[in-house]
Amino acid sequence: MDKTDSLLRFITCGSVDDGKSTLIGRLLYDSKTILSDTLNQIEKTSHKRGLSAVDLSLLTDGLQAEREQGITIDVAYRYFSTPTRKYIIADSPGHEQYTRNMVTAASTAQAAIILIDARKGILTQTKRHTYLSKLLGINQFVVAVNKMDLVNYDQETFNSIVKEYKALFDAISVNENNQFTINFIPMSALNGDMVVERLDNMNWYQGDTLLEILENADSQSTNSNLAFRYPVQYVCRPRDSENKELHDFRSFMGRIESGRIKVGDKIKSLPSNQESTIKAIYIGDQVVNEAISPQSVSILLNDEIDISRGDMLTELTNTPSITKDFNATICWLSEEPLNQGRVYKIMHTSKIAKAKISSIFDKIDVNTLSSIEANKIETNDIANIRIALAQPIMSDNYFDNRKTGSFIIVDDSTNHTVAAGMINNIN
Amino acid sequence: MQNELSHLDWLEAEAIHIMREVAGQCSNPVLLFSGGKDSLCLLRIAEKAFRPGKFPFPLMHIDTGHNYQEVIDFRDRKVTELNERLIVRSVEDSMAKGTVKLNYELEPRNKYQSITLLEAIDEFEFDCCIGGARRDEEKARAKERIMSFRDSFGQWDPKNQRPELWDLYNAMTHKGENIRAFPISNWTEMDVWQYIEREQLELPSIYFAHKRDIIRRDGAIVPVTEVTPPKDGEIVENIMVRFRTVGDITCTAPVESHADDVQKIIIETAETRISERGATRLDDQMSEASMEQRKKEGYF
Repeated sequence: MDKTDSLLRFITCGSVDDGKSTLIGRLLYDSKTILSDTLNQIEKTSHKRGLSAVDLSLLTDGLQAEREQGITIDVAYRYFSTPTRKYIIADSPGHEQYTRNMVTAASTAQAAIILIDARKGILTQTKRHTYLSKLLGINQFVVAVNKMDLVNYDQETFNSIVKEYKALFDAISVNENNQFTINFIPMSALNGDMVVERLDNMNWYQGDTLLEILENADSQSTNSNLAFRYPVQYVCRPRDSENKELHDFRSFMGRIESGRIKVGDKIKSLPSNQESTIKAIYIGDQVVNEAISPQSVSILLNDEIDISRGDMLTELTNTPSITKDFNATICWLSEEPLNQGRVYKIMHTSKIAKAKISSIFDKIDVNTLSSIEANKIETNDIANIRIALAQPIMSDNYFDNRKTGSFIIVDDSTNHTVAAGMINNIN
Repeated sequence: MQNELSHLDWLEAEAIHIMREVAGQCSNPVLLFSGGKDSLCLLRIAEKAFRPGKFPFPLMHIDTGHNYQEVIDFRDRKVTELNERLIVRSVEDSMAKGTVKLNYELEPRNKYQSITLLEAIDEFEFDCCIGGARRDEEKARAKERIMSFRDSFGQWDPKNQRPELWDLYNAMTHKGENIRAFPISNWTEMDVWQYIEREQLELPSIYFAHKRDIIRRDGAIVPVTEVTPPKDGEIVENIMVRFRTVGDITCTAPVESHADDVQKIIIETAETRISERGATRLDDQMSEASMEQRKKEGYF
């Protein structure tokens, strides 16, 4: 029995024209994730459309509602496994008007595959995809120069795209402090060159195949090296009168969003600033001595302090800011534009607070990456703003901690999620 | 000290987090429990999320009336063992009330579960139903949110879903609206079996290979039961089978198998070339979009 033992989430950026659907189909096919009934179905459809070979891109064909309109509405999640790793692909449509979908898909990803058509080279969308991936905090990039079969597997074509992309990447500065890894691969997703198999059309390329790169990429758990952050989701007080042991039982339930914790560690509860030490850590009914991000645990403290949902346990010295006022970059997701006069709600970790957009600084043109003046914010806009809250949140800058630096804005008349935000300057 | 979680630990941690968000954000949630393997994983997740406290929600089974008795016995035993509250609402009650009208006597009742479910949501004023659906099951599910919004008619509108970013789940509703929460969205069939093995979860016996009278009809194996009798001229065989899903008898087919323990099922799952629903759900094959259609009508 093969057991996978880690998990990687990644996004694929590109349009159907770049062969994105074919690439995903190829990954699923070569990793033997596609089952025969699904394959039969796409074989039938390929035949119906008069194609000679099976069109792997049909695997990612969407909902009836989408087919009727001929567009892809939404992010789809797909899964495959190798003997050592489980993968979650967030597949989002690539066009400009779907900035919000790409932002959604990128928010949970550790790595981005940027697809480039070898015949066309770097396009405006390449810049947009790279910018948005960096903006959302992805620091592992795989640049897949696809359709190499259509340029006779020419090494020079590949080399010049690599050179041009490096320059582009350096010019996009969103979070300059972060360390990035970028891998370049020449590829033909259609034939399968350098996806899972090397094949022998590009023996001039000595680097890893796409799957080899994914197998070695940093996985989900890198947050465990950051400072301890534990937003309390739920307080457990069984108050079981039949069981004396449980009479005074009180545990704080949540997920370690970053860092690690062990029994005896000193902690602080925010925003009240009270200190205590860890008495016990549970995962279910199992007692553990230590736990790391992103485990969901239950914590007992040695002192009785008042803690409820929305509070945060942290370490003593390296603490988040307790703030009611901060700058952020937001992506507006709703069809309804921002109404600056209105009070919205924000959700941040396990906390909900009333919020007003106090200033709009500028918007970013996602194609040129230049700053443009803004007085209104509409669907797919990326904007730099200032937010004022009615209650404080415990936050870090997004590029230091994606979990405590992110928030969503909710319109409480419809309860819709209207924007996603990244905190970038806490004052 | 470990530095990395295994994929099962990661999936479990995510599912616990989602369940606690439901408990923290919703005022009257319920967990849908059928006795099937996915909902048994949900129960283990709920134990890990809330013990030593009680679950902050009751369990509910929407019963089609066409069940394998083993599954119902198992369901009741499990609930007693957990010492939690079970609500059962039956499609047959809806039939008696006239809100469900069958087209013919032995019509599969899976799709009518939606009606009974919506009636139960109204009756108890549930604002959230926790379910065991997974995105790998079917393509209409691949785009499903973890917290999926349903309007006051229980409808899923794929064009009007709330964007879901990071692990910030928006479960806010107005009165009459409903969230369907899917804590194991990111699990595959293989993950479920691996989790069952790791946690040593007990399952209804029909998941394991056993001898059963069946007939072969249009490429599928149809179990011979009171509600699925053989037609004239069909040959009844007695072969080793197991079920990959449990549901309404009339639309759940077993597969030929000799896998009589979890280990062997995992090996079979790794080797199988047919998807869970493709092999065993007679109702999903009827139209390419039938799951999508049912979800729009309030199915979970």
